[in-house]
Amino acid sequence: MKPPRFTYHAPTAVEEATGLLADYHEDAKVLAGGQSLIPLLSFRLAAPGHLIDINRLPGLDHVERAGNAWRIGALARQRTVERSAELAAAVPLLAQALANVAHPQIRNRGTICGSLAHGDSSAELPAVMTALDARMTLVSAGGTRQVGAGDFFQFHLTTAIEPDELLTAVEFDSPVPRTYAAFEEFALRRGDFALAGVAATATFGADDRIERCRVVAAGVAPTPLRLAAVEELLAGSELSAPVLAAAKEAAYREVTPMGDSRADSDYRRHLLSVLVRRALSAVLSKHGAEQEGERR
Amino acid sequence: MNPDASDEAASQVRVTVNGREYRAVTDVRTTLADFLRHGLGLTGTHLGCEHGVCGACTVLLDGAAVRSCLMFAVQADGAKIETVEGLAEGDELSPLQESFHRNHALQCGFCTAGFLMSVTAALREGPVETDEQAREVLSGNICRCTGYAAMIKAVQETSMQVHGDKAAS
Amino acid sequence: MRTSTAAPLKHNMIGTAMERREDHRLLTGHGKFLDDLDMPDTLEAAFLRSDFGHARILGIDTSAALELPGVVGVFTGGDIRPMMKPMPAKVAHPALQEMPRLPMALDEVHYVGEPVAVVVATSRYIAEDALELIEIDYEELPAISSTAAALAPGAPLAHLGAKDNIAVHAVQRAGDADAAFAAAPHVLSGTFRITRGGGHSMECRAVAARYDTAARQLVVWDSTQAPHYARNALANLYDMHEDDIRLIAPADVGGGFGPKAQFYGEEAVIPWVAMQLRRPVKWIEDRRENFISAMMERTQTHRIKVAFDDDGKLIAMKDVFEHDQGAYVAGLQVPMITLSTVPGQYKIPNIHTELYSCYTNMVPTSSVRGAGRPQAVAAMERMMDRIAEYLGLDPAEVRRRNLIQPDEFPYKVGIMFRDGSPLTYDSGNYPELLAGTLERLDYDGWRRRQVELRAEGRLIGIGIGCYVEGCGLGPYEGAKARLTNSGEVLVTLAAAPQGQGYETVYAQIASDAMGLDMDYIRVTTGDTGRIPFGQGTFASRITATAGPAVLQACQALRARIFTTAAVMLKVEADNFVFRGDRVCLAEDESISVTLREVTQVANVGKHGITLLRGVPAGLETQAYFAPERAAYASGAHAAVVEVDPETGRITVLKYVIGHDCGTVINPLLVDGQVLGGFAAGIGNAMYEEQFYDESAQPQTTSYLDFSLPSSMEVPPVELFHIQSPSPLNPLGAKGAGEGGTIPAPATIANATEDALRSFGARINEMPVTPPRVAAAIAGRVPAAQ
Repeated sequence: MKPPRFTYHAPTAVEEATGLLADYHEDAKVLAGGQSLIPLLSFRLAAPGHLIDINRLPGLDHVERAGNAWRIGALARQRTVERSAELAAAVPLLAQALANVAHPQIRNRGTICGSLAHGDSSAELPAVMTALDARMTLVSAGGTRQVGAGDFFQFHLTTAIEPDELLTAVEFDSPVPRTYAAFEEFALRRGDFALAGVAATATFGADDRIERCRVVAAGVAPTPLRLAAVEELLAGSELSAPVLAAAKEAAYREVTPMGDSRADSDYRRHLLSVLVRRALSAVLSKHGAEQEGERR
Repeated sequence: MNPDASDEAASQVRVTVNGREYRAVTDVRTTLADFLRHGLGLTGTHLGCEHGVCGACTVLLDGAAVRSCLMFAVQADGAKIETVEGLAEGDELSPLQESFHRNHALQCGFCTAGFLMSVTAALREGPVETDEQAREVLSGNICRCTGYAAMIKAVQETSMQVHGDKAAS
Repeated sequence: MRTSTAAPLKHNMIGTAMERREDHRLLTGHGKFLDDLDMPDTLEAAFLRSDFGHARILGIDTSAALELPGVVGVFTGGDIRPMMKPMPAKVAHPALQEMPRLPMALDEVHYVGEPVAVVVATSRYIAEDALELIEIDYEELPAISSTAAALAPGAPLAHLGAKDNIAVHAVQRAGDADAAFAAAPHVLSGTFRITRGGGHSMECRAVAARYDTAARQLVVWDSTQAPHYARNALANLYDMHEDDIRLIAPADVGGGFGPKAQFYGEEAVIPWVAMQLRRPVKWIEDRRENFISAMMERTQTHRIKVAFDDDGKLIAMKDVFEHDQGAYVAGLQVPMITLSTVPGQYKIPNIHTELYSCYTNMVPTSSVRGAGRPQAVAAMERMMDRIAEYLGLDPAEVRRRNLIQPDEFPYKVGIMFRDGSPLTYDSGNYPELLAGTLERLDYDGWRRRQVELRAEGRLIGIGIGCYVEGCGLGPYEGAKARLTNSGEVLVTLAAAPQGQGYETVYAQIASDAMGLDMDYIRVTTGDTGRIPFGQGTFASRITATAGPAVLQACQALRARIFTTAAVMLKVEADNFVFRGDRVCLAEDESISVTLREVTQVANVGKHGITLLRGVPAGLETQAYFAPERAAYASGAHAAVVEVDPETGRITVLKYVIGHDCGTVINPLLVDGQVLGGFAAGIGNAMYEEQFYDESAQPQTTSYLDFSLPSSMEVPPVELFHIQSPSPLNPLGAKGAGEGGTIPAPATIANATEDALRSFGARINEMPVTPPRVAAAIAGRVPAAQ
């Protein structure tokens, strides 16, 4: 399981990196954390002629706040983000999801942006960023653009990143007040890829009714899947027991996951619906808990 | 490695491993694991899966536990690496090594280096007190021989020794 | 002059929880695993493997691969014809339809992963590059991907030259099961499908070889569990004298668990190409290869029925099962063990076990820790629970009523064991084991709590799994003991360890056998050049066979040393003791010689000078212990589980293991074996399954698809031992390596079905995974409490 040959580049400026991408296009792969890419090379499932190691690019490891928006640079390690107490407090959904990502040894090298660029629909971070309505910054020799999460994830392991583009940062807003989020997943073993996962966030109005919500499923479609029918059902509701039951039903009907020998399609659908209900219950509890706190 | 037989691109790598500086030439696609083992002759770090799951190849890179099978040696240029060979002080085993020994937390020993490095990193971050916490710390490495029970004890025992009994203080 | 040889064996070291000598090098990164060994100028090999489950090879073009800089040689089956002979099955049967298993494929491939060509290059990286340049023209053929497919009427042949897809059909009988079933008051049937996976030792396979032209000896390093077996296989394939091949298992091998006890084509090809190229060559298997080409256990389907009376007492048992043998029969040990393990701890007057071992187009199956016993235990133990349910009796009580009693040993089951002898259990106390396990589980307490918690809607289940394990198998094992010229006792085992602590355990046994401090005893293992005969480490056999061999060899060495000392000291005494490195007269310890002085006289001698009269020349002894038959370890597991009805997740709330392996030599190590085996058992029970699709393509080819239990998946276990010594060897020892594994799938399956009893759900497949649990409940409504 030794990697195939490649030409190795370690640019020290973003322009140099994008120049290389412009030169080598589809024959180049960007190496950041390497936790997803290097196994592909070791299995020889990928054999890029050029590897562009971006770990020497300066100024890309930031985890910073600008007003209401958080910006995470391409070289920010998952472990760094996980340990940011400020970010965990501001955006609990991200911290909660990160605890499920593999193991610390992987998170020490793996980057947030790397996981997004890899675009595995079973992974936690693409679903979370979809729930957060994140924006991805893509830089090429020709300029810079931002792509929203909804358009960024296109298919299995396929994103909107063009062959000559580098994902340099992901940005998302801190949730507004009275927003509660929950991440639920089911994996056979701790740290495994999930058979199904849900990232849910809901913002409650003063009347305790849901003003806005996002319910995103992982592992049931070629991309993270916003469960639109579920979201519609939840809008304006108080997340009462009948609504939770209906949301579970709606989730079950909305997805058509692929099955495999380990877990067939029907089990995954069923599992996803259970996780939706559990995530929404958790959201409700957090809302309730904060209300309790406010009343005291 | 016999780089002389090939026409592969090579690069010079400077690393500090267990406090000693090394300078060597390596093919760019040589993994850090293979570089440590065959380039530098530090064979204590092992390869169990070469895709980042089993953890046998875990080393500390600038203090963080990483899978050396998922890095290229050239990426480690300028880094400070710690491997299992650096844990003991001469003939004196570290508290963690002693505890593994006392508790029979190793059998075939192939996975042991990876566990020692993962646990070393965890204990540097703080105490590991309960069974649950110990299991969590150990969960990123796989052992097929011991069933983990003895390792759980060893981790907790070492934490007690290194961090003291927080409850008592 | 008589010397006392029959010193009674005082257990000073035996029974001590001694820490291991091996640990220091392993903890400090100085282990001697094969790929860690310094073998300068060694080339590296990579194998090209079949992409098809079944295909004809129409042509192979290696020319481009040969051109790649760094490539030293490329060989196909056609290039190594002189050694391309069939490798015979390790365990055979008179009715076996044995299809030839060649070291590399020639005209036809029979499983994905089968070696087709080998590249030797200056690095493994380059060797793998060269693999991609080899072109093979395959003609794909229909492939058999399950035993059901193998046995279906009109099924295509897994081997074109075979008459059908049955490797062997075998039956074991005791009494008259058919008559008994016809007359029985109650009969219940069940069909169980049990799948296991690979051994997945953390170190994969490895072999390195060098031909010493001056000595005319082939030296092979092989991470095998069976050095002599491998050496003999090579001698046979190469038409070489056994002494011209030295096969050494490195002092450190990273786990074996069964797959390394077999003999593979790669082990034959690598030394051969090393000889052809006149260069040292090594092959270090990688994990992808290990997934598809290392032998594993796969699926057995059991159709079992039991006949019993109103009290739940067994009258008859009939189990017809299909075993997936894979593309070749590397050995029949697994299904033959299953065949005789089904009766277990119970008195069953009428037994019929029947095996259909099927050829399929997947990697050959062979022993993985447990070796066919988990499947047998699963079938029997599931039925014991079904009997209890049917009669409205407690499952523990049904077992109690059927257990062989302590005063009934040696107990003849009535059928044959795979070692060729009538299945006879040597010793044990099954009622005490079961009682001990249930007490520690708080079985009665949990039954009460189960009722309360069920009322709250929680699905709690309790499961039991009892087993016997044939172990300590023959034909023999050997050991030498020599007082070396430096005054140290060297114990040489033929057997090779993979983490069992031989360097420590056998020093303990030797120490007690001789009455000599362990500090003066060293153990060396697994080298055919040091001891001519051996069998290998498998089937939990070494303690019971090598142990007595060491015992006997060391007792004999002690006698020779004392004889020599008596001559040197000019005494007529026979009463000596060892004190440190001195041999002392028991009644006056100031009269003594050192061990080194003894060797000077008996080993080294004085050139040309007559040896002192009465001194036996050369202080070396050897012993081969051949047990009369297999010994029987036993155990009882019990578990409390909770099932999440929505996801099917099983959580183990409590697990107890009662274990009886006879005399415990080193409690620390034995516990390690049981707990390690338990982790493997949990893997089999809940996580590990290697899948193949209908064209026999492997679907699980990495740890991203295949789950080995980590510390989070292995629940805490309470373990206790009882010791029923075996009368079959002087140590009273049995085997301890597999008891933690064997009944775990049965126990978990029993507990899970118990948890789902209100649904009437059936758990008929193992591993018991969440999707299977969910499917078992699907569409069912729990009965009212």
